[in-house]
Amino acid sequence: MARRQPFRLAEGGAIDRRREVHFTFNGRRYKGHPGDTLASALLANGVHFIGRSFKYHRPRGIVAAGAEEPNALVQLGTGVRTEPNIRATEIALYDGLVAASQNVWPSLHFDAAALNQVFAGLFPAGFYYKTFMWPASQWPRYEWLIRRIAGLGQAPPGRDPDRYEKMHGHADLLIVGGGVAGLAAARAAAATGARIILAEEGADFGGQTLADGDQRIDGLPAADWVAATVAQLEAAPEVTLLRRTQVTAYHDHNYLTAVERVTDHLAGPPAHLPRQRLWKMRARQVVLATGAIERPLVFADNDRPGVMLAGAVRAYIRRHAVLPGREVVIFTNNDDAYRTALAVDDAGAKVAAIVDARPSPAGPLVAAARARGLPIHAGHVVVETRGRARVKGCAIMKLAADGQSVNGVARPINCDCIAMSGGWTPSVHLFSQSRGTLDWDADLAAFVPGTSRAEESSAGAAAGVFDLAEIAKQAARVGIERARASGHKGRPPAAPKAEASAEAPLMAIWQVPTSRRRAKRFVDFQNDVTAADIALAAREGYQSVEHVKRYTTTGMGTDQGRTSNVNALALLAAARDAEIPAVGTTTFRPPLAPVPIGAYAGRAVGPLFEPVRTTPMDAWQRAHGAAFEHVGQWMRAWYYPRAGETMAQAVARECRAARNTVGLLDASTLGKIDVKGPDAAEFLNRVYTNNWLKLPVGRARYGLMLGDDGMVKDDGVTARLAENHFHMTTTTGGAAAVLDWLEEWLQTEWPDLRVYLTSVTEQWAVASICGPKARDVLARLTDDIDLSPEALPHMAVTAGTVAGLPARVFRVSFTGELSFEINVPSRHGPALWTALMAAGAAFDITPYGTETMHVLRAEKGFIIVGQETDGSVSPNDLGMDWIVSKTKADFIGKRGLARADLARGGRKQLVGLLASDPAVVLPEGAQIVEAVTPQPPMAMIGHVTSSYHSVTCGRSIALALVADGRARIGETVSLPLADKTLTAEVTAPQFFDPEGARLDG
Amino acid sequence: MLLIPCPWCGPRDESEFQYGGEAHKKRPADPAAADDRAWGQYLYHGHNPKGLYLERWRHAAGCRRWFNVARDTVSHEIVEVYAAGDLPRDAAARAVHAANWRRAEEDG
Ligand SMILES: [Zn+2]
Repeated sequence: MARRQPFRLAEGGAIDRRREVHFTFNGRRYKGHPGDTLASALLANGVHFIGRSFKYHRPRGIVAAGAEEPNALVQLGTGVRTEPNIRATEIALYDGLVAASQNVWPSLHFDAAALNQVFAGLFPAGFYYKTFMWPASQWPRYEWLIRRIAGLGQAPPGRDPDRYEKMHGHADLLIVGGGVAGLAAARAAAATGARIILAEEGADFGGQTLADGDQRIDGLPAADWVAATVAQLEAAPEVTLLRRTQVTAYHDHNYLTAVERVTDHLAGPPAHLPRQRLWKMRARQVVLATGAIERPLVFADNDRPGVMLAGAVRAYIRRHAVLPGREVVIFTNNDDAYRTALAVDDAGAKVAAIVDARPSPAGPLVAAARARGLPIHAGHVVVETRGRARVKGCAIMKLAADGQSVNGVARPINCDCIAMSGGWTPSVHLFSQSRGTLDWDADLAAFVPGTSRAEESSAGAAAGVFDLAEIAKQAARVGIERARASGHKGRPPAAPKAEASAEAPLMAIWQVPTSRRRAKRFVDFQNDVTAADIALAAREGYQSVEHVKRYTTTGMGTDQGRTSNVNALALLAAARDAEIPAVGTTTFRPPLAPVPIGAYAGRAVGPLFEPVRTTPMDAWQRAHGAAFEHVGQWMRAWYYPRAGETMAQAVARECRAARNTVGLLDASTLGKIDVKGPDAAEFLNRVYTNNWLKLPVGRARYGLMLGDDGMVKDDGVTARLAENHFHMTTTTGGAAAVLDWLEEWLQTEWPDLRVYLTSVTEQWAVASICGPKARDVLARLTDDIDLSPEALPHMAVTAGTVAGLPARVFRVSFTGELSFEINVPSRHGPALWTALMAAGAAFDITPYGTETMHVLRAEKGFIIVGQETDGSVSPNDLGMDWIVSKTKADFIGKRGLARADLARGGRKQLVGLLASDPAVVLPEGAQIVEAVTPQPPMAMIGHVTSSYHSVTCGRSIALALVADGRARIGETVSLPLADKTLTAEVTAPQFFDPEGARLDG
Repeated sequence: MLLIPCPWCGPRDESEFQYGGEAHKKRPADPAAADDRAWGQYLYHGHNPKGLYLERWRHAAGCRRWFNVARDTVSHEIVEVYAAGDLPRDAAARAVHAANWRRAEEDG
């Protein structure tokens, strides 16, 4: 049964008391209200103990009220929708919400690994490096233990069922942050007509005023001014307001990305909405109004549940009407935390003490607290805390004048909450990502934006401006400046006016002295890094802040050290006896907060992950049971199994048909480039190794393309259709790259050549018929093409009508058989294919796939670029010197071929391999050695590039690249595998019809 | 992601473009006369400055045209875009061109 909410205030707060929301945490049912976060609802129920810490497994509670929360990470949801590492402070409460602690094993209250505290001496800075690295053989055991105790949450067990989207935003002005600064900047800029996107990470606009609540702007209560301004912006035609949208990255040239949590806060999201949207925004100008984050104080046992940031305590009271404690100790070094004391007092709870490290605090806020009679202990600090799962009390002592020690007697104070404040740090993460440099502001004891490198400005607290009156003025000025810089004129409204509030300066105190020697003073709560760890790292010689960060892991959690960075830098500076600016800062890297992979993927999942290209004959092939394989982006018919056939049986049948009667291959995926222009022949002459100037119209030629290093790049057959018109074919996988390559030469090296290149790969459907009966089949389908060997010899091309369709017919062969490649416009592909199947029925025409194509070409020793070549293979290596012109003055690759290295002995050459056991198909990629030794290493002399069972040869065949291979023909080589060693004889790389007698059918 | 002003299509996201390495490299006019060292320089060597750099880009998902860009490799500021085969007009970019390529051009 859900309990009542004992820490809920009777009135106030931006929650809907009329409605109750039920939720479950660690298996127990609780109630909250709409407007709560999971954190505020837990606090309303008195739940502070949320999880255990990363290394020591100490009880940890809620520290903050926003995105900077380091401790309260929970596993949200169940089943395939479960998500780990979600900050309870950012989870909007909805009915039926289920969450659980992570980092507890086996359970929150009985945690086996809390024994780590007993062995805490084992976990100093660099403990991963020191403790777990030796002996290396034990690492798997350590790893199991570390993963178990580190408790990084559970991955979902199945596919993400949710939908994600991407949006492109185009803005004159992108404003990050919807506090008073962001709103004032937007209001000023909107008056110019600039197109504005304002992104606020929370559900509500207003920023710090949501927690402070008592100021007035332009004569209105802050909340009313915020509401009026939001309404005004919402009505402005060029303004887009994004709620629940966290800008996570600031990239080059003002490209920012953000995640909009569209439905995460809804119990039953509507089906038409995505869960999250990834925004990709290019902004002419940017205003960073990202606010500031409060710093913890580094004092003894400052990590007990109930020890919270002072601003967060105030936020829970004012925003959510929740009391984080009934007896609150305020521990501060500045005036701002007095606002929390006043809020606690207003809420009717007890301010047990205001412990102020400053010897003589003064100023209006301090005076207000004094006037109410709140107990102020000036010049005192908290030296220890008591309690386990919840803080029960603390002790305070007088701080010595040097700030390094305490004196007098420890005075105990009972409390159930400590609200600490070490001052506020401007949120400069995005500014740093934009490559801006930071300046140290000694008054704030924090880094503030210095020199900009991008078209942006910071506004409000992010710029180090903390007084509300100043914020409103400065932000309005920045807004109008940036709007003008984006090219928009127009008169801005007067800047909003707020009351100034005078605050006395803070007193930096980076490490609070303690009377207890063994007490831990935490700097980074999420990664369990203490002040002693940083001191130890410095003693061990770590100087660079980047090294200390990695060695101690401070700032390396999912919160990127939002609350810990400045404290860690200051402690390192003190340990090194250096100034803080001299120590420098670590780099903030995108993303600023974790982004679900689903948001990055968007719709590009499943079949949309990568486009699939299909040929015009795809439907026929699917209907006829073809098995398919991926070839680049193409899906190609691999083989056509008949009922009960294995792949090997199908391929053998297809091979027999192509050699003995007639086979039909879908060759539509071949790359095709239309080459036109007066200089087309000259162009081909430069990009191919052989001679193209004298190729007659109506004839085709095989060509080899090299890189300028002399290595084989692509190959294919190109035909001359007319004097200035060629049809080039490329490998299936190389089509786009070859077009790019040729364009590059035309545009950048030979702009004088008048040549025009057009990709026509998808414009032509290609059916290749091959085998002794190919001519008989084709003859039945054409009456205007003379198919005789005299009229249409090998490597000739003609145009005519096939099956009533306009066609180009190429007599080329990739199998060694009589073969015709019939090209028709793509839309006619299916008609051509069915006509060929019908006309070929009398000859038992057999469709064959890519596997059979590979076997047939390997029997002939025809190479496939990318299989027999790998970018380091020359024409000579392939035994293809016959295609390299000796007479041309130049072609791409000619100078490369002249290098001495290409003429030396020992280069790998293409050869055939016949396994000693003809039934064994050598594995492709297997390494070849001259002599087998009992132990590696063995000198490798080459590898198998292609290997098949050949039904034509009645045995297995293989192609290989072997050092000095042509000189080894007749020798036996070995192929050592994991479990056995195979042997094979080196042969010439042709296994069938080496003299080419079958080409004419 | 850079915003690259294609001279033909205007400013577009970097993802529409293909990078082409250093600009103004000239293939030796008579490759046969180039020794191995010169050929290796042409094929594999280039400048790698921290600062202004003259480089080639192709608007691959747009007009398919190659063009040259003068970009600062530290700030990513694009100082100038200009046609393939042209020289930059910006004074700093001209100085980079003169320092890196004038002698090579005189040589042939
Ligand atoms: Zn373009």
